[in-house]
Amino acid sequence: MQRRFDVLVVGGGPAGIAAAVRAAECGVRVGIVDDNATLGGQIWRGTSEEQGQEEGTQEAARWYRRFGTAGITTLCGRRVFHQPEPGVLLAEGADDLFELGYRTLVLATGARERFLPFAGWTLPNVLGAGGLQALVKSGLPIRGKRVVVAGTGPLLLAVAAYLREHGAEILIVCEQAPWSRLARFTGELLGQPGKIAQALQLKRKLAGVPFVANSWPVAAHGGQTLEGVTISRAGKAQTLACDYLACGFHLVPNIELPLLLGCQVRGGLVQVDDFQQTTISGVFCAGEPTGIGGVELSLVEGQFAGLAAAGCRTEAQKLFGARRKARRFARILDRTFRLRPELKSLPSPETMVCRCEDVPYSRLEQHSSWRAAKLHTRCGMGPCQGRVCGPATQFLFGWNPDSVRPPVFPVRVASLAGFRGRAKPEAATVAGGLG
Amino acid sequence: MPDQVTLTVNGATVSVPSGATVAVAMAIAGQACRASVTGEPRGPLCGMGICFECCVAINGKPHCRSCQTLCESGMEVKTD
Repeated sequence: MQRRFDVLVVGGGPAGIAAAVRAAECGVRVGIVDDNATLGGQIWRGTSEEQGQEEGTQEAARWYRRFGTAGITTLCGRRVFHQPEPGVLLAEGADDLFELGYRTLVLATGARERFLPFAGWTLPNVLGAGGLQALVKSGLPIRGKRVVVAGTGPLLLAVAAYLREHGAEILIVCEQAPWSRLARFTGELLGQPGKIAQALQLKRKLAGVPFVANSWPVAAHGGQTLEGVTISRAGKAQTLACDYLACGFHLVPNIELPLLLGCQVRGGLVQVDDFQQTTISGVFCAGEPTGIGGVELSLVEGQFAGLAAAGCRTEAQKLFGARRKARRFARILDRTFRLRPELKSLPSPETMVCRCEDVPYSRLEQHSSWRAAKLHTRCGMGPCQGRVCGPATQFLFGWNPDSVRPPVFPVRVASLAGFRGRAKPEAATVAGGLG
Repeated sequence: MPDQVTLTVNGATVSVPSGATVAVAMAIAGQACRASVTGEPRGPLCGMGICFECCVAINGKPHCRSCQTLCESGMEVKTD
């Protein structure tokens, strides 16, 4: 199926929704495509127009209402995997293929959790912190389950509070960052009343749950599924029996699609100008791919990108102040939750680092680059295409993934063959993930 | 819309709340989603369609991400 838009938005989280709404309100034809069953991205997953007792969901509800009346074409459950020619993206659904034409494009592809390997991390019921939250939002019964939350970043507390509200017993929250950095983080928040209110709300929801800094998971134990976790708690090992380990080490931007389109990326972040335009004319980028800054920054960057993509730059200029403030928070996040070097020694020689191809640490440490490791071990060549082990090996070995080739997600051969435009994908690119 | 949806996981009947994903049905059924290339049991990691650890066969179609697929009445889910 073919669809043409003035502005096409890829990604239906806060940044994408804000971009689509602001662009549509300028009077242009807007489409939004997302791979999940519903809009909202990870943070607004499961919220709707009707909900809204808490500040976060009220904000979501306000944007959903605007979205609902803006006349935006929504394609959920479709994953963009290729740009066969400039101005056209291909998106695959469960049973269909879309050719999405655009004049300008907004990339709002969000972020994923960073995972680090440690003994037992591949056991079922060891999930990302956001990963477990996403499953609970999708209906997983969590009442009465014992959960250890560990890793780094503000997401840990938000997830712990959410799970507890839904009946989970949170045994402990382990944050790898030292107290000194957390104390400084709290100090910086004093300048941002909204953030302080959120922090106090979390503190109330987590009353009685131990929160420890300088702490991280060392090993997950179990046979067929998780039975317990050993943590390093401020220098001392402690083992806890539990049903779930929710473990993520902050976030990494999803930059595969921007890279495929040729957008310049520096330090893992998509480079943009004052109007969120990438180094490719007419291609804009907003939200986490330009720097992990949370929902406020995503909303303001999304608005910039949507307005600029629709040609309403004057309107966008009113938002400069808000963006400057939100970007300050992004820098504080980065500084506070930087990974400590001790985490590099978590994997033992037999710990799997690449989960798709089951490549252990011992086979990787003998290589000098991501490319050499791929060629010799198949690390990063499974279906996730290095989305999990790439950021892990970047931290462990300092490797940088060097190229992105279509399709950026594994797709059916029929989807690659189905494009009716001028350019045909080369036969060599058909086997997704074999880059 | 009914409150519960009934489907099968490796032949066993499972009831899940309406709107639940297949990954949730796998957890309720107490089953791993896939065996890794060296035979380890695996379940969902990222919960958002990135890691491919939750892949199962749905109605005969292999390699479906169970965390991004909503349960439907009568659906047949199989693991390898």
